[in-house]
Amino acid sequence: MSILTAVITLGLIAGIFGLLLGYASIRFHVEGDPVVDKIDALLPQTQCGQCSFAGCRPYAEAIANGEAPINQCPPGGETTILALADLLGVEAIPLNAEHGEEKPVATVAIIDEQVCIGCTLCIQACPVDAILGAAKQMHTVIEDECTGCELCIPPCPVDCIEMIPLKETLETWKWPLPEHTHTAPKI
Amino acid sequence: MTEQSNRLSTFHGGLKLDGHKTMSLTSPIGKAVIPAKVIIPLHQHIGDTGELLVKEGDKVLKGQPLTLSSSYVSAPVHASTSGTIVKITDHKIPHPSGLSAPCVIIETDGKDEWTEVSPVEDFRQLDATELRNRIRHAGIVGLGGAAFPTAVKLNPGPDQKIDTVIFNGAECEPYITCDDMLMRERADDVISGIQISLYALNTNNGIIAIENNKPEAIGALNQAIKKSNATNIKVISMPTLYPTGGEKQLIKVITGKEVPGNGLPADIGIIVQNVGTMAAIHQAIHFGKPLISRIVTITGKGIKKPQNLETLIGTPMADLIAQCGGYKDDAEHLVMGGPMMGFTLTTDQLPVIKGCNCLLVETSELQKKSRPTMPCIRCGECVRVCPASLLPQQLYWYASSKNFDKVQDYHLFDCIECGCCAQVCPSQIPLVQYYRFAKTEIWNLERERQKSDHARMRHDFRQARLDKEKQEREERLRKKKEMLAKKQQQENAESGEEDPKKAAIEAALARVKAKKEQAGLTPKNTDNLTAGQQKLIEEADKRRNQSKAE
Repeated sequence: MSILTAVITLGLIAGIFGLLLGYASIRFHVEGDPVVDKIDALLPQTQCGQCSFAGCRPYAEAIANGEAPINQCPPGGETTILALADLLGVEAIPLNAEHGEEKPVATVAIIDEQVCIGCTLCIQACPVDAILGAAKQMHTVIEDECTGCELCIPPCPVDCIEMIPLKETLETWKWPLPEHTHTAPKI
Repeated sequence: MTEQSNRLSTFHGGLKLDGHKTMSLTSPIGKAVIPAKVIIPLHQHIGDTGELLVKEGDKVLKGQPLTLSSSYVSAPVHASTSGTIVKITDHKIPHPSGLSAPCVIIETDGKDEWTEVSPVEDFRQLDATELRNRIRHAGIVGLGGAAFPTAVKLNPGPDQKIDTVIFNGAECEPYITCDDMLMRERADDVISGIQISLYALNTNNGIIAIENNKPEAIGALNQAIKKSNATNIKVISMPTLYPTGGEKQLIKVITGKEVPGNGLPADIGIIVQNVGTMAAIHQAIHFGKPLISRIVTITGKGIKKPQNLETLIGTPMADLIAQCGGYKDDAEHLVMGGPMMGFTLTTDQLPVIKGCNCLLVETSELQKKSRPTMPCIRCGECVRVCPASLLPQQLYWYASSKNFDKVQDYHLFDCIECGCCAQVCPSQIPLVQYYRFAKTEIWNLERERQKSDHARMRHDFRQARLDKEKQEREERLRKKKEMLAKKQQQENAESGEEDPKKAAIEAALARVKAKKEQAGLTPKNTDNLTAGQQKLIEEADKRRNQSKAE
C-alpha cells in the first residue's frame, strides 16, 4: 500500500512538472540562438571571410556550435579574441596566423579612377555595398561605408584598387598610453 | 550684495595652489593688433561643424558668418576682421593631437570694417526662443574652455524648471586672469549679459560665484549691480580652493547639492555659465555683434610682458607672444589653458580659438621638478585630494592594464581631469594622462562597435536584396514559360488541328523509340559461334563501350 502511495505521489509531481516545463518551453520560446547573436555582435562585421567562413554570422554560428576556435578573425584581432573569450568563458588564445595578421591601422579601399574600366566585378564582391558605379561607368568607394575587407581587390582585372590607411582625424585621435618617463614636448 | 562664505558647502578634496596671478594683472586689458592673416577653424566647439558659406577669393567683412549651423548642437564661426579669403584648407589647430582641421584663412585689409549688425533695443520685447536664436547665430559658446554652444545650454527643455543660474567667475586655475580682468573692467557688460540669460531661462535667481582672491572683481560687480538696481543677482565670495571652478564642484559649494553621476546640472534645476560668455551675450544682443574676439591671458615665467589681450579669433599665437615682448631665454613649453588642465602645444603657429583662455609659457624651472615616474606606492594621497570622490589609484591601475570595463566601474567618466591627483602623487605618475588615454580608447571602441553594427545592417540588407532579386528572376522566368505554353495551346485550339512541326517531331520521336526498342532486343543466332566470330563480337563490344565512355 505504502509503495503505491509513493509511486502515485511521485507520478503526480512528475506530471505537474512536466506540464510546467512544457508550458514554459512554449511561453518563453526564443527564436534563433541568442549565443550566436552575442558572438556576432562582437565580430567586426567586415564580412571578409578570412576566418574561412562565408561571413561574420556563419563564423559566429560555427563558434557557437563548437566547430571553430575563437582565434580566426584577423580584423578583430586581440580585442575580439579577448571579448569572445570573456563571453564564452574560454581561455584566450593568440590569433591563428593561417588566417592572416591583424592590421596595425584600419584601411579603406580606394579605386584609381583613371585606370578603372567599369567592369562591376568589385561591386559584386563588396559585402556591404560600399562601391558605387555601373557597367562601363567609373566606380568609386564610399569611404564611410568601406570596412576594409579587401574582397574587392582579387576580382579587379586591372588592379586599380588599393588599400590605404585611414587618416587620423580629431574624432578618431586617441591619447597615447603614457611612457614611463614623461616629458612634455618642447616648443 | 556679497554674502559671507560661512553658509557655503565644501566639496571633497581639492588643493590650495600658488596663484601666480599677479604677473598678468599689472596692466589693463590691451588690444591685440590685427594680424596680417587670421586662421579661423570651422570647428571650435562641442558639436557638429556648420556648412561653409564662403569660397576662396571672397571679400568678407568683420562679423560676417563663414558657416551656417544646420544641426542643433553646433555654432557658426564668423570673420573676425575684414579682408579676403585666401585659402580654405587644413591648418594645424590647437589640439593635444597636433592634427590639422579645415580652416578659413583670411588676409586682413587692416580696415576692420564691420558687416551690417542688428542690435536689439529692448531684449524683453523678444521671447526666449528669439533670444536663443540670436545667441546661436552669434556663434556663442562657453568661454570657460569647454566651448559648449550656449544657446543649447539656455534651452533646458519645457519640463525642466531652472531655479538657479550660477555665473562662474571662480577662475580657480593658477596663472589665468582673463575672467578676473573682464569682471573688473567690464562688470556692466557681464551684468547685462546675466540679465539676458536669466530672462531667457525665466528665473530670478542669479548667483555670481567668485573666489575670494579677487576682491576687485567682487567690488566692481557689486557696484554694477547697485547701479542697475538688479535685485535678482547676488555675488558670492568663495574660499580659494582648486578646482572650485569645476561645474559640479561649484554647484556643491554654492548650493550644497550634488549633480548625479551621469546627469547634467539642469537635472537638479541648476545651470552654470561662465562670466565671459555673459559679456559675449551682451555684445550679441545689445550690439548685434557675433563672438569674434575673446580675452586671452598671455602669462608664465617664460614670457617678457605677461598681460591680458582682447584677441580676434584666428590670431596666430606667435603674434600674441610677439606683442607681449616675446619669449624669455629660458622659455621651454607653450601651454594652452592653465598649468593643471591645459595641454602642451608643439608650435606657436596656431590660431587662437573660442575656447582659448590662456597661453602659458613655462620655463625649464617647472620641468626640473618632474623626476622620473616611480611605481605607485598606494599612499592614497590622490584619493584624499580627488574633488570627484573617485579612487584615482584604482583608475590608474585599470587604465594602465587596459581593463576598460573595470575602469568604467570605477566611474572614469566622472573624472574632470583636474590634475589634483597627479599634482600630489609622490611617485610622479602622470595619472591624468592615463585617464585621458582610457577615455579616448573607450570612445574609440564604442565608435568601432557602432561602425560594425552599421556594416552588419548593410550586409544583411544586401543579402536580402540579392535574395529578393533571385526570387524575382525565377518568378519572371516561370511566368514567361507559362505564358508561352498558354500561347501554344491557344494557337493549337485556333487552328483546330495538330501543329505540323509538332507532329513531325513526335513522329521522329516515335521512330527513335521504336529503334531503341529494336536495339534493346538481344541479338539472335548467337549460339554455336566459332572462336573467330566470338572474338570479332567481343572486339566490337569493346569498341562500343570505349566510344561510349569517351
